[in-house]
Formats: sequence, C-alpha cells, structure tokens
Amino acid sequence: MRGGEAIIESLKNMGVKTIFGYPGGQTIPFYDMLYDADMDHILVRHEQAAAHAADGYARASGRVGVCLATSGPGATNLVTGIGTAYMDSSPIVAITGQVPTHLIGNDAFQEADIIGITMPITKHSYQPKDPDLIPSMIKSSFEIASTGRPGPVLIDVPKEVQEGELTEFRDDLIQTPGYNPTVKGNIKQIKKARDLIKEAKKPMILAGAGVIIANACCELKKLAKTINAPVMTSLLGKGAFDETDDLALGMLGMHGRKVSNDYINESDLLIAIGIRFSDRTTGRLDSFVPDTKVIHIDIDPAEIGKNVDVDLPIVGDAKNVLKSLNKVLDGYNPSDDVNNWTDMIKAKKQELMPRVSYDDVPLKPQTVIKEIAEVLTPESILTTDVGQNQMWAAHFFDTQKPRKFISSGGLGTMGFGFPAAIGAKVACPDDPVVSINGDGGFLMVCQELATVREYDLPVIAVVLENRTLGMVYQWQSLLYNNRHSQTLLGNSPDFVKLAESFGVNAVRITKPGETKEALSSAMKDNEPVLLNVVIDSEEALPMLPPGAGINEMIGEYKLEKDVI
Amino acid sequence: MESNYHVISTLVEDKPGVLQKVAGMFNRRGFNIDSITVGSSEVEGQSRMVISVHADEKGLEQVTKQLNKLVDVIKIKDITKTAVKRELCLVKVSVPNAKARAEIMQYSNIFRAHVLDVTDQTLMIELTGDKKKINAFISLVEGYGIKRIARTGLTAMSRGV
Repeated sequence: MRGGEAIIESLKNMGVKTIFGYPGGQTIPFYDMLYDADMDHILVRHEQAAAHAADGYARASGRVGVCLATSGPGATNLVTGIGTAYMDSSPIVAITGQVPTHLIGNDAFQEADIIGITMPITKHSYQPKDPDLIPSMIKSSFEIASTGRPGPVLIDVPKEVQEGELTEFRDDLIQTPGYNPTVKGNIKQIKKARDLIKEAKKPMILAGAGVIIANACCELKKLAKTINAPVMTSLLGKGAFDETDDLALGMLGMHGRKVSNDYINESDLLIAIGIRFSDRTTGRLDSFVPDTKVIHIDIDPAEIGKNVDVDLPIVGDAKNVLKSLNKVLDGYNPSDDVNNWTDMIKAKKQELMPRVSYDDVPLKPQTVIKEIAEVLTPESILTTDVGQNQMWAAHFFDTQKPRKFISSGGLGTMGFGFPAAIGAKVACPDDPVVSINGDGGFLMVCQELATVREYDLPVIAVVLENRTLGMVYQWQSLLYNNRHSQTLLGNSPDFVKLAESFGVNAVRITKPGETKEALSSAMKDNEPVLLNVVIDSEEALPMLPPGAGINEMIGEYKLEKDVI
Repeated sequence: MESNYHVISTLVEDKPGVLQKVAGMFNRRGFNIDSITVGSSEVEGQSRMVISVHADEKGLEQVTKQLNKLVDVIKIKDITKTAVKRELCLVKVSVPNAKARAEIMQYSNIFRAHVLDVTDQTLMIELTGDKKKINAFISLVEGYGIKRIARTGLTAMSRGV
C-alpha cells in the first residue's frame, strides 16, 4: 500500500465517505490513487470553498469534515477556511500536499510552510516524513479535531510520502500524552452550582455553541424547565434551545434581541454554558453582568475567566455536566421569586418582540427573512454569510433545532455561507438547505454555482441584493457621519443571468410574497436555485455601538405599520 | 524579585516546531517572554522548557491554560517560588592595562567566574548564577568596556524531592 492509498484507507476507517478538494501538482499521486478508490470527492472551484464546505459538513452533522488542497497556493487558499473553523470550534481535517521532502526549505515551486502559516489557527498539525506514519497521524488528527474543544487539524503530506510504500498499516504509532481534555465536571463544583441555583431569585441561562457541539440540547431544555429560567443564546448558540419556546429570549449581544440585552444585567445568576463570552456577545466588559453571579461551564479551561470574571467555574463537556447538574437538582422546584421573575421576562419578551409588517417595495430584508421562516421546516438548515444578512437571519429567524443554523461567528468570514451550505447538504441530503447571502459575500464565492450544478446539490442560495457592503455601510452611516467610503457596490452583475450561465435556475424577487412562493417551489423541485432578492438598504437595528455596555442598544425595530 | 515575574517549567514533546508553537502562542496572546531555554529532559523524546515571563495573576493563568492546550505540551509547573534559578553568561571585557586585568580577574574570582580566553586587549569570562548575580558582575566590569555579552537565559529546577 502506498501513502496516498493509506490516506484514503485511513479516512474510510474514520467513517469518511466524502471529501472536498481541489487537485494540484503536489497531490497528483493522491488523486491518481483516488481515481480507483471508493471515496466520493466533491471538486469545488476554489480551495477556500473546500475548507468552508468541510466546516459546513462538520457543523451540520457533528462529524469531522475533510478538505484537501495542493501545496503552496492551494494550501494558503485553505487558510481562511481553517481560521473560520478554528474560531468556531469546528472539527475539520485539512490535508495538503507538500513538495518532496528533499526540496522543503529550498523555496521550491509551489512550496509554502503551511504548518507554520496555520500554527495559530489549528488545534494541531502533522507532517508525515514516512508513509508508515500516515494511518496513525490521520487517526490522531480525527481524535484531536473531534474531541475536547473541537478544531481544525492539518496534515501536510510531502509528495514522495504519498507515493512511498508502507511497510505495515498500523494506526497506533502516535501517542499524545499531552492531550487529555477534561470531559467530566467536578461533582463538588456541580453541587455548588446547585446551591447557587437554589439561592437565586432571578436566574438566566446563556447557551453557546458548546451545547450544540456536545449534543446537550435535551439536557439544557431539562435544566431550563426545571429551574424555570429564561434562555438566551450567542449567535452560534442558535438552535441549542428551541427559539419558539416560551423560555427562549433569543440571541444576546451586539445585534441581540432587545429583551436579552435589556434584562441580562438584572439577573442575579447567569448560567453560561459552552460559550466564550466574545466581545460581540458581551459588549463592554465592565458593564456586563456587574452584579450577577456567574456560573461558567465550558470544556476549555482557558475560556473560563478569560473575558468575564466567574464565580463558579465548571470545566467539562456540556452534556456531561448538565446531566450531573440535572441529577443533583432532582426534586427542585423554583421559588415564587423565580417564577415571578420569569413571568416578568416573558411579558417583556412579548412587548419587545421584533415586529415586522412591511409590504414595501423595495423589499425590507426583515420581510424576506420572515417569508423564508414561514416556508422552512424545523429540519431545514439555514446557513448565513457575514454582515447584515447574517444579523437579519439571526435576529428574525427562530431556530428550533441544533445544527440547523450555521454561520461564521468568530472569524466573521464573508463568503462562508454558500460553500458551507454545500457541505451541509452533503452531510444531510434529506434536509432542505438554504443559504442567506448578501450580494457582496456571494460574489466572493459565486463560482461554487458550478459545484452545486455539477453534483446536483439542491442548495437554495438566497442573495439579498442591496448593492452595498451593508454592515460597513451601516457603521459608516451611524458612526462615521454617513461617509460611505468604498461600500457602494455600484455595478453588480445580473445574478439571475450569472446563475443561469452555470446552469442553475434563478428567480428575481422584488415584491412581498414572492420569496415565499419561489422558495416553496424550489424546495419542491429539489434542484439548486438562486433567489435574487432585491432589497432596500435597511439597517440591522437595534444594535450595540462598539464599546457600549450590553444594555445600551441604539435604534428600535423600524415599524412601518404596528401590528399590535 | 518582582511580583509579576514567573518561571514556568514545561515538559514538551521533542518534536520539530514545538518551540515555534510555544513562542508563537506567547506572542499571539500578547505576553512577553523574558527568556526561554530548551534542552533534553530525563525522559527520552521529551524536552524541558524553562520560560520566564512577566505577567499579572490573570495573565499567568491565561498563559498556563493556553500552554496546556498545546497538544505537544505534556506538563506545566509554575516554579517561581521553589526554584533554584541559574543562567550562564559569557562576557568579553576590554582590558586597557595591566591594572585593569588584575582587577577584572579579582572580580571574577569573587564571583567564581572562569576566564576562558585571554588576548592582550580582552578577557572572556564565563559566569553562572541567577539573574541578579550576573547583572551585578556586568555592572562591575562595565567601566572597563564590554565588547560582547551572550546570556543563555534562565534555567531552573524546584528544590526538594
């Protein structure tokens, strides 16, 4: 068996059926061996899309996503995707070709020190210098990528190692004595958490992506119901808790729901689970829960106390910890104080609910999101790009289930949404997949229309066209005296014709009701479709200005007509 | 000793790129490494890194936790309070005249330093000690004119069993 075959065999042993990649000079041996192999390969049209697709695959399925690129520019094109996965703790394994070992360091053609380049944005990396090491390195990569706090792992395989013969196929040659994630929560700490919960009069829960990654949504629901506490989420926590539930307040943070931002500081106990307290979630730190006790549950000890001072840290996997916490809370009934508090919050939630009732032309983006929400089933996967489109989707779309809202949170990568949708569709072929994009971000990755056509992936790409780089435009409007420097896109392409040139059907939408209609029929057709929705350049309000405290939002929901 | 000065002893896997990973992490997270020394340890395939760093309590906690996250890092210990700390310093001093030569050699004796190389114009001296001792010696001979200094950075080990 040769090195390249060992890669394929090892990937199969890890349960991989599909990889996303793009060939090049230093991966020709691998691709030659792939030619006869029982392994699906999606040929994306840019390596960055391979990394995002692997990431989308991982987030939608919980399994490790795999992407592949050649050395040099192929590898550096993966960097943004790897960085995106790193910031959002998504388990991907990126395999890159490398120039032959004897040329490494010689500035050979298409040589790049991709391990060095990606060091700050990978959880770990390997470079097999001997084909015998390949099975062990792949096995170890999958273990490191998917356990503890997940993250990307890179394997850089020199060309001659892909071609070299293995003496023996063994996958136990690598030990990682320094890698021991803490999974089980300390029971003493968990009992202290129970005591804090029992003392609390105004508890709140803040759930992050850690809850989804740990598959702990049932345990979270049980906790919330037992202690009758309102639940907020971070952007990536969307789906950790059913947002149509009574107790769900929605997202917290810079573009959070008003009720979450307005009332979090009034709570006397914040139970934060699987969240890293990003600046976009907390606003200015010294006015974030100044008088609230904080319990922080996270699998990564480095996140505890990093941004927010914590009264009670619990290091462990969210599912494990919440199970234990639910057990020690057995028989607990919330006090009248707690029930009164939660009733008050529920009432405020109704009062501050985002209300949308526009029938304007050009369309208001909120209307478009609302129409999308009306058509999509709870099983449908929504991916977003980054910017206003992301915030409209996060704010106005209620996510009911985990792994159904996929978005680049930490790195905020424009051009993520569409290729991530491709990965999600490959992972979950039976679930409808819709990606919401702005016209700016979509143009960064529009070549992937070729991929969805080639593989008949019925991904629905919604392109909200306002001919601006809306989020920056909005900041310029609000904070930079309306000086719209380089944020007007001017001459955009005709997105319908663009899609059609790739053989993808497209619909231009300009009026209320049309989104709903086009989306319903697209879902029925089970074909890739682009919905080009022409919208007003609307601001994503309310929002927290940068540097403001969590409860200092500016702007109100813009209501043309009040529904109440 | 300054209160925010810490010595961390770290056992790491002896693999290419580990030093880069550790140093890169410090840089990326905005911590200043005062010195870092690496060498083989008592375990085959593992190296010991001794890192001295300036950080407040919260910073030190972050450093330790972030170090722990590196897969190649096996064990970390803050040995600031318990450690014997040593550094090796080579210093080349100008010797303007015979009187100066005698004085410098006398200082070297007091500091238990060794003379490694002699020319008609210079002396090369090897000195081992903690940072304070080395700084003291350097300031003593500074007046004669220092041509070159090479210091290894701190290595350290906990006292006791």
